[in-house]
Formats: sequence, structure tokens, C-alpha cells
Amino acid sequence: MIPTDNGQTKTANKHTLSVLVNYNLNALSRIIGIFSGKGFEIDSVSFGPGEESGLARITITTHGDEHIIEQITKQLNKIIDVVKVNDLTYDHFVERELALVKVAATASSRTEVMQVAQVFRAKVIDISPEKLSIEVTGNRDKVDAFIGMMEPFGISQVARTGTVALKREYSGSV
Amino acid sequence: MNHLKAQRLEQGTNDQPVEASETHVMNGAEILINTLEDLQVDTIFGYPGGAVLPIYDKLFDCHDIRHVLIRHEQAGTHAADGYARATGKPGVVLVTSGPGGTNTVTGIATAAMDSIPLVVFTGQVPSGLIGNDAFQEADIVGITRPITKHNYLVKDVDDLEHVIREAFHVATSGRPGPVLVDLPKDMLNTEGRYSGLKKISMPNYNPVTQGHKSQIQKAADLLSKAKKPLIYSGGGAILGEAWEELTAMAERLNIPVTTTLMGLGAFPESKKQSLGMLGMHGTYYANMATTECDVLLAVGARFDDRVTGRLDGFSPHSKKIHIDIDPSNIGKNVEVEVPIVGDVKNVLPQIDELTEKPDTEEWWKTINKWKEEHPLKVAKSDDTIKPQHMIEEISRITKGEAVVVTDVGQHQMWAAQHYNFNHPRSFLSSGGLGTMGYGFPAAMGAAFGCPDRPVVCITGDGGFQMTAYELATAVEYQIPIKIAIMNNNCLGMVRQWQELFYDKRYSHSILKKGNPDFVKLAESYGAAAFRATNPKEMNEVLEKAMEINDRPVVMDFKVEEHENCYPMVPSGAALDEMVEGDEE
Repeated sequence: MIPTDNGQTKTANKHTLSVLVNYNLNALSRIIGIFSGKGFEIDSVSFGPGEESGLARITITTHGDEHIIEQITKQLNKIIDVVKVNDLTYDHFVERELALVKVAATASSRTEVMQVAQVFRAKVIDISPEKLSIEVTGNRDKVDAFIGMMEPFGISQVARTGTVALKREYSGSV
Repeated sequence: MNHLKAQRLEQGTNDQPVEASETHVMNGAEILINTLEDLQVDTIFGYPGGAVLPIYDKLFDCHDIRHVLIRHEQAGTHAADGYARATGKPGVVLVTSGPGGTNTVTGIATAAMDSIPLVVFTGQVPSGLIGNDAFQEADIVGITRPITKHNYLVKDVDDLEHVIREAFHVATSGRPGPVLVDLPKDMLNTEGRYSGLKKISMPNYNPVTQGHKSQIQKAADLLSKAKKPLIYSGGGAILGEAWEELTAMAERLNIPVTTTLMGLGAFPESKKQSLGMLGMHGTYYANMATTECDVLLAVGARFDDRVTGRLDGFSPHSKKIHIDIDPSNIGKNVEVEVPIVGDVKNVLPQIDELTEKPDTEEWWKTINKWKEEHPLKVAKSDDTIKPQHMIEEISRITKGEAVVVTDVGQHQMWAAQHYNFNHPRSFLSSGGLGTMGYGFPAAMGAAFGCPDRPVVCITGDGGFQMTAYELATAVEYQIPIKIAIMNNNCLGMVRQWQELFYDKRYSHSILKKGNPDFVKLAESYGAAAFRATNPKEMNEVLEKAMEINDRPVVMDFKVEEHENCYPMVPSGAALDEMVEGDEE
């Protein structure tokens, strides 16, 4: 992500691709191989069973200019095991990422950490005298922001799922 | 097996599915052989080893499939590739696990870059041992993933038949390419079902073959109004068997045609519309026409860097139409105004039908002037064999009717420039990957596929030595290919670049000290062999060689060692910035 002059984040070249693929590791390797072999970027990737048995849905977030994204989409479509590639960026879509953040929280800082977590609607899922483990869900920006807010307290571990996304069914004005 | 075949015959032409109840149980090796027979595979290039012994045991009694025992798996893969390019049918390779598989890698990558249909069967250690670093184990599916169109590891013997059928379908449809099937040894010994059903179910694999109507109309409109149109035709016109459509269209509309290295032969060079090859070592007039044209019709070509030269100087004034069966080729290197995804064989005649003959009279005047003033130069000498002269003589003596197979380097470019190509599937060369060592085994494969056509391998002293051991195979099977070694005692193209761009510092490009006596080498295998050191001897040797029909012939032509290949577009230059040759 590239910060712009007015402090906003430029997201125009970020793309979220939803790829429906036959559920096998050869297919997953081929998909990742396209990125490493052809010099494309992966910002996050998540892989899990799709709605139909035998199929997996892979959500990939990537970035690049139009030309690169077009090549990525075409190259993915060429993979025999790929059923469908959707660039959700051109649609209305919902995206979520889940992160588990283990942060230092002693008696003196614990309350403050938990207050920040509350603002992000994050949940404390493990607690010890020295540390808290917190679950936060949201789009990538929100998760980034939460991790940023936790940093001053001392983060010891982060595990992120990567973005998952689906096309919005109803996108008309209410 | 005979029983099965009889059954299939009774069922007529086999388009009707066999009843499910007639499924037969047999072991995996038999399923493989039966399926290959059913797919009308007539030739396999292979090398046995532990993991594939069950298949070799079945091959021992199989008379419908000819197994060619090559001497190295890389050469076997090139041979299957040459067979595929010459015949249009998929090439089939069978090798063992581990090193058998890894040796095929260069051959598979060569085929992948040039979109050649291959099906490579590799043995694998038994399923239970996979991942244990078993003897002769290699993750060949992982290794070949980026260089295959698709690959399979068979995990259930009941999947074997349909995997094989799918593999052939994938290899030969859409943009063709190599497919690998990895066969764990236990799959070959275990009993499974063989149905004989020809149906392939791949609902998600549907290459687009019909071009978009409105795009076709746009292309026709552009061509009708063009003042300076040019057709730039690539390997796709040959793979898509669109040579007749291409020739008909170019002749009717009187549009000049330039072909890529891979496209040579798709348009007869004897026709007046032919400009020969374009690109780094293309003709002056082809490169100038590409630079000056106002409408460029790309037919099954992919705007490779050896074709375009510097991209911002490539055909800067033209509107571009690009027909390709692979959408990822379109807009990859060069932006085009009219992209058409489809099979060139379907699309070309539709464009032809909608196009009004453009007025190209002025354009032809310009082109003919270029042709007159800047022809390809053929140096000739009475004392030494000039490489270009060597190619011209081969072209003359074979009347332009041979299948010409090359290695990579200067001889390849001279062959492309100076052999008179008038037929498709007649110039086989590793264009994309540039694989030295390809020529001889590929020529052998072509000869297995086309026993009635003369096959000439034009190679160099460097390239020939990379796969020369296949003389054993060619002698064993009495393959009468003519191997013409353009022997300049060096890696000619490397030497040329070192002369021109590295201050004549000939680092490790001179082979003179180690080169064998090629005549003795060939004779030790039982091949016929001759040497020529001047043009007179060259003609005599060629005449003698053409008479030999029962074994390979090696011709060691000692050519001028310091000849450079021109025209040449230096790396990073635009096509019209080509260098035309040394000052005499």
C-alpha cells in the first residue's frame, strides 16, 4: 500500500482475486508457481474447501498495474484445474481477514490494551500474567490498523489468515 | 488384448460408448497399453528402468505400438517432439523414475516453449514410498510443473485410463503443450478397471476456438482500408494447420507475409507475397515492412523479443490485429487494437471473407525496392565452404522438399534464411527455449513419423556433440537421416557476439582442440560418414549422401570459421536498426 499526500491509502492497484479450483495440492502449487515463476506479487493467500465438494476457493490479494493484473488473471485461467477466476475488485464485494495477535500486557498496561481491542471489536481469547492473545476480524486495513495500535505495547507473535472475500449479492442503493 | 480389440471392432467406429457392464479388470500396465492402442499411438520413445518394468513386460508382446529404444531420455523427449512437429500427432515418451524423469526436463521445456503436444509417462516409486527418498525417487510432478501444460500423479489405478485420455486431450487441444503422467510402480501392478470409453469429462477446460464476430469484422475493416498491410505469421499457423487459409487469404488480398522462425513453411517462400523471416536475423525487407506497415495482422504469433527487437520501436505506425488461441499471449508484450481469441483456422477465412482487397500497389513498390536493394547476401568462394552456400546447396539438392531440423545458433539462422521453405511441418527447430542438442534426435523423431520424406538435420559441431550418442539409435533402426554438420570449430553464435560486443575476447567458445573426427565417430556407430572441405567436395558428398537409404549419414562440412550471420538486429535495437553485414 502506498500512502498518498493527503494521508489516505492508495488502493487502486490492489486486487482481490477469488479463484475456484479443483481441490488438490498440485493445483495450489501451480497457482502459487504462476506468481513466483512469472514475477507477480502475492500480498496474501488463503485456501480452503469451496461450496462444492472437490473444489477449493482460493482468495489471493495482489497488486500491480492493469497490464500485470490482466496477465495474472489470464495465466490463472490457463491452469487446467482452475474452474473460475473472479477479480472482485471490479465488483461490490465483502472481504474479511482474521488475525491472532499476542501482545505484552502486564498489570499496568492490560486495561489499555483491552480498551483498544474493544474499539476494534476484537476479542481476548487467551490471557496470561505477561501476555494477551487477541482475535481481530475485519478488512485488511482494519487488521493492519489494529496491529499498528498494538505495536507500542510489544507484539510477540502475529498469525493472519489472509483475506477471504465474496461478491456482494445485492449492491443497489437502499 | 486381442479379445478386447475384437470387441471394439464389433462395436464399429467406437464413437458409441461401451456399456459400463463391459468394463474389464486388468493391471495398470495393461490399462496403459490398451489405452495407448485405443488412442492410436503408433510410436513411443522410451528407456526402461526399475519403476516401469511392468510396462516394458507388456510392451514385449505388444505389436501395434513401436517402442523406440533411445539412448538418453533427453534425446528421447526431443525425438518425440520432432515426431510431433513433423506429423501433427502427439509425441509419446516413456521413462523410468528419478533420473529417467529428470533427464526429460530439457526436452519438456523445449516442447512447452514451442507449444508442442507431448505426453510423457514417467515411472515413480511405489505410492507407499513416495516422500521417503526411495531409490530413484524424484518429485517429477513438482519439477515439471512450470514446464508442462498440465501434469498428473496417478494415485488410484481406476483413474489411470481417464487420466491418460485426459492427458492426450489436454496436450493436443487449445494451445498444445507437454503433459506428464507420473505412474507409481504399484499402480502398474495393481488391477483396475478399463472401460474403453472414449468420453472425456473436463467441464472446466474449454479452449475458445471461435473468434468474436464483431472483432473479426473490425479486423476486416482495418485490412480493407489498409495502405500498407502486413501479415506476421507464427508457429500457431502451423500448429493450427491454417497454412491453406493463410496462403489463400494473402494471395487473394495481395498482402505481404513475413513469418517467424516457428512459422517458416506456413506460407510458401516461392510465392511473391513472401518476405521470409522477420526478427533478429530476419530479412531487411521483412523488418522494414514490419516497421513501416500501417496494419499488422499477427497470426498465431506471440511477439517474442527475438521478433520485436526493442519494443518501442516495433511496428510503431501500425494498428495491430492479433489472432491467438491463448488469451494470455494477447497484449502480453505488445498492445493490440483488435484482439481475437480463437483458432486461426476458423478465424482467418472469416476475416478473408469480410475483407475487401486493399490497394497495395504503392506498398509493393516500396517493398520490391527493398527486396532489390537489400537481398540476403550469399557469399561464395571456390576454396572454402561458406555457410550460407552450404544451406543453399542443401536446399537445391533436396529441392526444398526435405524436413529440415536444426540445432541452435548460426547454422539455425542461416538455415532459416537460405533454405527455401514451401511446406509446413518442414522446419523443426527449438525456437523458444533455444535448446542445443535438439536437432539430431528431433530429426530422428521426424523420420520415424514421416518415413517417406527426406529428413536433413542441419547442426553445428557444438550442438551435434550434445546428443551425438543417438547415432546408436539411428543405426539400430536404420533411419536414413542426413546430418549436415556446419563445422566451424567453434560455438559460432557465441563467437559472433564475442567478436561484435565483447572486443573479440573469445572466452570458451572455441571447440577446435577437443572436436572429434566426426567421420570416425559416425563410422564407429556404423553410420555412413563423409567430410568436405571445399564446395566441390561438398556437392559430391551431398550427392552420395542422398543415395544412402539404410542408415544415417554424417557429413562433416568444414566451413569458413569466421563468418558472421547477418542481417542482425543487435540486442536492444529496433528492427529497422539492423546491421546488414561486414564491410568487405
